[in-house]
Amino acid sequence: MKHVTRKATRHINQNEGLIFEKSSPGKAAWKLPPLDVPEVDTAKLLGKQERKDLGDMPEVSEIEIIRHFTRLSTWNYAIDLGMYPLGSCTMKYNPRVNEFVARVEGLANGHPYQAEKISQGALRIMQTLSDCLLEITGMDAITLQPAAGAQGEMTGLLMVRAYHESKGNARKKILIPDSAHGTNPATAASVGYAVENLKSNDRGMVDVAALAAQMNEDVAALMVTNPNTLGIFEQEIHKIADLMHAKGGLLYMDGANMNALVAKARPGDFGADVMHLNLHKTFSTPHGGGGPGSGPVAVKKILEPFLPTPVVVTKADGTLGFEYNRPQSVGRVRAFYGNFGMFIRALAYIFANGPDGLRQTTEDAVLNANYIRKGLEGVYDLPYSTPSMHEVVFSDKIQAKKGVKTMDLAKRLIDYGFHPYTTAFPLIVAGALMIEPTESEPKEELDLFIEAMKSIAQEVEEDPQFVLDAPHNTRISRLDETAAARKPVLRWRPEGKPV
Amino acid sequence: MLKAIGVHSIDDLFSPIPAEYRLTRDLAIPRQMAESEIVDWFKQRAKENGEGYTSFLGAGAYSHYRPVVIDALVQRGEFLTSYTPYQAEFAQGTLQAIFEFQTMISELTGMDLANASMYDGSTGAAEAVMMAVRITGRHSAVIARNLHPEYREVLNTYATHQAISQKLVSFTGSGQIDRKELEKAVGDDTACVLIQSPNFFGTIEDVEAIAEIAHKRGALLIVSIAEAASLGIVEPPRTADIVAMEAQSFGVPLGFGGPYCGVLATKEKFVRQMPGRLAGQTVDKNGKRGFVLTLATREQHIRREKATSNICTNQALVALMVNIFMTVYGKVGLRELARQNLAKAAYGADQFSKHARVLFAGAPRFNEFVVQTSEDPYAINSRLLGHKIVGGLPLKKFYPELGHAALWCCTELTTRSMIDTAVGLVAESERSVRSMKDAEPEEVAR
Repeated sequence: MKHVTRKATRHINQNEGLIFEKSSPGKAAWKLPPLDVPEVDTAKLLGKQERKDLGDMPEVSEIEIIRHFTRLSTWNYAIDLGMYPLGSCTMKYNPRVNEFVARVEGLANGHPYQAEKISQGALRIMQTLSDCLLEITGMDAITLQPAAGAQGEMTGLLMVRAYHESKGNARKKILIPDSAHGTNPATAASVGYAVENLKSNDRGMVDVAALAAQMNEDVAALMVTNPNTLGIFEQEIHKIADLMHAKGGLLYMDGANMNALVAKARPGDFGADVMHLNLHKTFSTPHGGGGPGSGPVAVKKILEPFLPTPVVVTKADGTLGFEYNRPQSVGRVRAFYGNFGMFIRALAYIFANGPDGLRQTTEDAVLNANYIRKGLEGVYDLPYSTPSMHEVVFSDKIQAKKGVKTMDLAKRLIDYGFHPYTTAFPLIVAGALMIEPTESEPKEELDLFIEAMKSIAQEVEEDPQFVLDAPHNTRISRLDETAAARKPVLRWRPEGKPV
Repeated sequence: MLKAIGVHSIDDLFSPIPAEYRLTRDLAIPRQMAESEIVDWFKQRAKENGEGYTSFLGAGAYSHYRPVVIDALVQRGEFLTSYTPYQAEFAQGTLQAIFEFQTMISELTGMDLANASMYDGSTGAAEAVMMAVRITGRHSAVIARNLHPEYREVLNTYATHQAISQKLVSFTGSGQIDRKELEKAVGDDTACVLIQSPNFFGTIEDVEAIAEIAHKRGALLIVSIAEAASLGIVEPPRTADIVAMEAQSFGVPLGFGGPYCGVLATKEKFVRQMPGRLAGQTVDKNGKRGFVLTLATREQHIRREKATSNICTNQALVALMVNIFMTVYGKVGLRELARQNLAKAAYGADQFSKHARVLFAGAPRFNEFVVQTSEDPYAINSRLLGHKIVGGLPLKKFYPELGHAALWCCTELTTRSMIDTAVGLVAESERSVRSMKDAEPEEVAR
């Protein structure tokens, strides 16, 4: 236990009930100005459509609201508190200047339907970000509309489908490596494609021979994450692209791991036809407890006609505008133009880095991952010895002999003041520990992490039950997830009130 | 660190990338900028972006006051810089907040349950249709033409490859859905009827009557709500089966169209077909109350191609803004806020009706109304811009049959003097067009 105090220690933690439990009639945190137009008779205006009662909505004061949410916030872990090594999630520092510029009056208050004449600032931001992302990816055209990575995947596959349809055959299936994110197969199904799994080889890469055997004229595209979810660069990526292209198929690249490539290699150069980016991973927009994200999709020239509408264009008079008349477009995937607030943040990040900074960022991300790999090799099982890029995947093979699994190790890591790594993913590694430190971590934090992981490994040897019972230092212990799913309680109801 | 790893240079770590694909030049992007330069650049863009204009735009994106406590709280790093709360012991703050959000959304929409959020109102509506298809096993949907046109476009995109056929139902002179036409459109193969209320014209639909038509044929009713503030004073669609809401009105900046906050609410019996994350209450091993993400077997990371949806990342931080807004206004404030919106729009419509035609007068409305003018609203708006006023949304693009019509919106932030100024300018243009019409009728007929 001596190591626990190096990074974390227990301190007073406020209890806090549900907001509804603090509510009582007459408390208020709002004030409206006096009405400057005539009062209306709501009953007369609305008739039977008038709502009489807002049920169990709370009534609380402002200080209670501030304390409520501040107390809740202290129960969360965050990048701002320390390393958050979730593999594939890229939990890097979220610069505060991004938050500041996103709130500048005029940008924060722009209405999506205001005339283009008074939207030049927003359009310029969209165009500048688009240009930067195209240069970074080496692609030809882009849409910023998708709201998150999964919607980006859908948009990309819709374009793949539209492309094949324009050639007279939509084709039937999408090939997906067994190491892929769950969103990939779910997305393929959502655009009406069958999913065919592709086995990885013993080095953790796409098995090119297997691909050659599986590839035929029924395959619309291969969705590949590169570096893949093992943090391994697909070294034969160009062969893969050639195989796809030879039979008229397309190469979709899931850009979730783009943090390993920015300014070092461009998917457009190694054969990708279409890819999405996650601005909330690679480009530092905050995860916010699960969103919002933003999932721009970049494509090669052949897919440009199919981009969602509208598209930002420079008009004859030199001003910017939206183009709606695109007959081959896949249509809209979202109302308005996308998560614009995230465009501002991502562009601010690109500006703050420039070409040098982005290269340094990628190098540091890969350096940090390899430093952790070296530090923990031997202590944890490394299922693939292939070189790692921005993340490293271990397994719980050694610890499992004592009955301790990846999730147990993760829970114990919490006691050491770190957020767990990604557990049990990718699926091709039994008991995976997927660790992505990102470039943001200083060496001191990495050393503390390595030390914590080593200490846990030792605890497993000496007292496995202690690890199985973790976490010990959180305000609550492990929660009963089975009970939560069997009889779901998904909302509060006042005591005694019939359901 | 390189030494510890056992390599000579950083390039060694990039050797897995074949040399021919390694970028050996600088990216052609703007040079590195100092924080002061970044702030300055974005402030310049803000100046080019309608800063300081008065706006009468609504149409799915509404200008309401945002209490300052919202940004004070959502900028706490523990909310801002945390991930999806998969590790529950370390994310109870986010989880309890989601649980409270789900409760308040259920309460406001009159549904049993709500999820943690969807991307926005448009994708929420499309996902609701697919949910109805899964529940009923039927493959056709009946859609109101007065549903937000961009929501309809998104639905088209989503439905295309799901073999879902659609029938559009028009509206009557009151702006409400044509119930006779609806009756005919709904059949035994109809999975759902999708309407919006208040609809795109701001008119409130008779949800109960529509529900009856849908339910008679075994179809579900989905109600899309784009203006959440209406729920303070308009009866919620309790007879609906699914409510697909855009909650942007509740404390989310207009932000040129996003990020916003979609959310789905439904009846308890349909919860296992609902997409998106859900927080549920449970206990830890000491019996202490806590919250976890639950019913994950609906989701893509477990079910892969058999999931209810591919959604993963949602709009969590924006949902937290909505959550705080609902908590600030609460049971009484939300009603008073809605009342002010109702009064402002009633006054605005009344003033406009003295000089132009306000359409769809026969049915109750919330905070939007359609004004038909003699002159093209694009021309009117371009003159209003000179007075730093952004006029209503011209409807020609979406509803050509309405002629020179525009959708105007008044919220609690719209002052009487703003309304009077805008009405005065429109009245002026109406008078001049009318006198021109008397002089040169052919010219105007063009």
